[in-house]
Amino acid sequence: MSDDERREHAAEEKQAETVEPRTGGDYAPSVAERLAFYQRAGGLVTPLMTAALAFLIGGVVVLASGSNPISTYQAIFNGTGLNWLFPWVSGATRATAAINLQQTLLLTTPLILCGLAVAFAFRCGMFNIGGEGQYLVGSIMAVWIGSSFLKMNGPLHIVLAIVVAAVAGGIYAGIAGFLKATVGAHEVISTIMLNWIAYWVGSWLFQLGGPLQSHAQGASVPVSNDIATNAHLHVFWGDPVLQGLHIGLFIALAGLVVYWLTLNRTTVGYQVRAVGFNPEAARYGGISVARNYFRAMAIAGAFAGLAGAVDILGWEFRLDVNDIQASNIGFIAIAVALLGRNTAIGVFFSALLFGALLNGTSTRNLDPTIFRPDLAGNLTLIIQGLVVLFVGADVLVLWIWNQRRKLRLRRASPTAGAVAAP
Amino acid sequence: MRGLAETPVLELRGITKRFPGIVANDHVDLDLLAGEVHALLGENGAGKSTLMNVLYGLYHPDEGEILVKGEKLSLGSPRDAIEHGIGMVHQHFMLIPVMTVAENVVLASEPTRSHVLLDYREAEGRVRELSERFGLVVDPRAKVESIGVGQQQRVEILKALYRGADILVLDEPTAVLTPQEAEELFDVIRSLTGQGKSVIFISHKLHEVLEVADRISVLRRGKLVETIPRAGATEESLARAMVGREVLLRVDKKPAQPGEPVLVVEDLHVVDVRGLEAVRGVSFEVRAGEIVGIAGVDGNGQTELIDALTGLLHCTAGRVSVGGVDCTGSSPKHMLDAGTGHIPQDRQRRGLVLQFTLAENIALHDYDKEPNSKYSWLHPRVLVERARRLLKAFDVRGGGPQTHAGALSGGNQQKVVLAREIERNPKVLIAGQPTRGLDVGAIEFVHRRLVEERDEGRAILLVSLELDEILSLSDRIYVMYEGVLVNEYGPDASEQELGIAMTGGGKEAAA
Repeated sequence: MSDDERREHAAEEKQAETVEPRTGGDYAPSVAERLAFYQRAGGLVTPLMTAALAFLIGGVVVLASGSNPISTYQAIFNGTGLNWLFPWVSGATRATAAINLQQTLLLTTPLILCGLAVAFAFRCGMFNIGGEGQYLVGSIMAVWIGSSFLKMNGPLHIVLAIVVAAVAGGIYAGIAGFLKATVGAHEVISTIMLNWIAYWVGSWLFQLGGPLQSHAQGASVPVSNDIATNAHLHVFWGDPVLQGLHIGLFIALAGLVVYWLTLNRTTVGYQVRAVGFNPEAARYGGISVARNYFRAMAIAGAFAGLAGAVDILGWEFRLDVNDIQASNIGFIAIAVALLGRNTAIGVFFSALLFGALLNGTSTRNLDPTIFRPDLAGNLTLIIQGLVVLFVGADVLVLWIWNQRRKLRLRRASPTAGAVAAP
Repeated sequence: MRGLAETPVLELRGITKRFPGIVANDHVDLDLLAGEVHALLGENGAGKSTLMNVLYGLYHPDEGEILVKGEKLSLGSPRDAIEHGIGMVHQHFMLIPVMTVAENVVLASEPTRSHVLLDYREAEGRVRELSERFGLVVDPRAKVESIGVGQQQRVEILKALYRGADILVLDEPTAVLTPQEAEELFDVIRSLTGQGKSVIFISHKLHEVLEVADRISVLRRGKLVETIPRAGATEESLARAMVGREVLLRVDKKPAQPGEPVLVVEDLHVVDVRGLEAVRGVSFEVRAGEIVGIAGVDGNGQTELIDALTGLLHCTAGRVSVGGVDCTGSSPKHMLDAGTGHIPQDRQRRGLVLQFTLAENIALHDYDKEPNSKYSWLHPRVLVERARRLLKAFDVRGGGPQTHAGALSGGNQQKVVLAREIERNPKVLIAGQPTRGLDVGAIEFVHRRLVEERDEGRAILLVSLELDEILSLSDRIYVMYEGVLVNEYGPDASEQELGIAMTGGGKEAAA
């Protein structure tokens, strides 16, 4: 009878189907097609509603703090520079908007790559909380390579730094995958631990008297050496001196393509998805689950390591202890992956959203007469937290969506769906 | 029918329950007389569960009304249903294993002393009284975890009776029982109805329905097809009413013409996940062109045996060879490559990745081989083409190559698994409960297909909990009890002797 129930529950979810009664052989495929369509629609609707709901509640918080949520959100929006996309914005506003948008995209770049690190592990059924640690390991390796070999050819130097950072991130995350595969250590625990190891090792490396601390400034600042000027990534939009937008953005976009292709067009991705969806069936199918845990973690870590390298070579150029301890890109990336539903396109848009939010609420960009920027920073945290919370409530959001549809269905035709299942 | 009262104790009138795109119950009328067993028959998805959930108040019907002893039941309220004396015994028991039988029975309405302290003696007394009255023998002090499945079911029935149920709904009660236990259950049912209780008996096993029911109602696609007295009904007529066409109940097959041994198992020992020895020295062989059936009550090592033969579980001792090649201790992949095909017991948990498309599912064993992929690069078009061909050949309905496996019905899902395993052209096909949860039509298809494969010279190992299935398909039968094969039987063995062996009675004749 459990089959029975399952069928009937499935039926409940098939809100979408059929307004007119249908029978016959062509009936069944069309149900499946419609179901697939609405699953896709649900896939788009849920994150949008999740984000909207988070912003709505964020607005209530703004209201409670005595400000006007509409003008606050408007100010934040202008701070993101996304108003640059509007053709009617011109003159000085446009110039400011351009600079703001460059900053937003600078933040979007590592968020995409770290988001992919979380998402890829998710697709293999693992929760990678360690994006932060992997990102730091990538950053540290990129600083180290970039500030060594000062006479190296520029492009070669860049490629070397990027590859070493990605491999290091991969190995670092691979530790967690290896532990899960061999002794069953839960990846959530081990990646959190690895975050702290990266945090403190990085702090030690660049602290006063640390092995990689710079001596250029009289050894009184806990910072690394600068990387070689010819290892900087090319700035293609804005002023290179004023932290313009570098080509790392295209590396991140390429990362999205690689992510999609790997998952959907390679045997590695097939295995990752099979293990992620149903490890028992994967094992039955002859796929080694343990090996895939390790491999998927390593690939995920490579994405995060890449993010670290791109930030260092693109605009940071050096790493100080404070940078390491204040960084939270890898954690925001968790919200990015969740909101983006672990799809390439979803990660892109949610990385853009969080990049914009971080930039728009920054002290530099938000007019203090409208909303206090220190509160605004918290607003970002609130929205980020709500997104993570609501993603767990997917079912709820889908249910609301389906109820709406059911109502419409009833109104359209009282005898709607008067068909027996095939 | 024995002297039944004039007015029904329960009446369902015009019950309609719609789910979007499907009408699970379409104006169903059903009545139940005092002291009657009314069987509800139907395929999976015919709406039996929905109807009973409406009765029990778990679903709110879109139309219709329910009367208990002439009194209207407030719909959608399990509390009201219980207060009107409706009791339900689900297929999956809802008992707390660490508590005693008496504690489980009185749960949620415990007798107390001074309104605070649980009165154990009173609880035990009432349970004992109930169990004696209805012949439900069970020790009230035993812990539920220490008693068998059949006894646990009695506890569930006692629970319903304790709450004052006059109308008992038994949902597939025999699914978990041996033939002997099922007989005992029927005795209990007779004693219940003898004392004025009424029973709705849900099943898809035709012979049981014919044995125990006074009247039989058949549901098909949400509609009540007919309500008939037992007299005059036959298995054939009921099957026809359920499916809507003639169904071949007996599998038509020629005598086997066995060839060389393909799967040879010698003294196999397997330890299960809890570290207990689940398979304790099993030896047998399956020859090309024969179906060997392994019967047994669930949990006697069949699952571990299959898992060991397919490389999913390590064996601690013994040898397994496929087609003359020693495969002892091989990985699942290696076993597949050696020529085993495996229809797993649980197609949803193991046989299919429900979120994968059918094309991807069909490629589960060979996605990494040409032409499905080359240099680690998948060729989706090749997968889709092959899937389209196979879905057609195996008459899979409800979706195409790009449909997600989870969107198909159980029968069609099983056809996909069957298609994939047969397509690989294995030397030996290991089928674990290949028709579990399937409806009559799909069972017919799977059985016919297995016999066809046998006739083409494949070796087939069939492990099933359904004695009917074992008896109608197998050319040789083993009974597995507590990790050993207790005896070998021919295809003409009686259900009775197999049943005795399944409960340990055939040990002295151990093979």
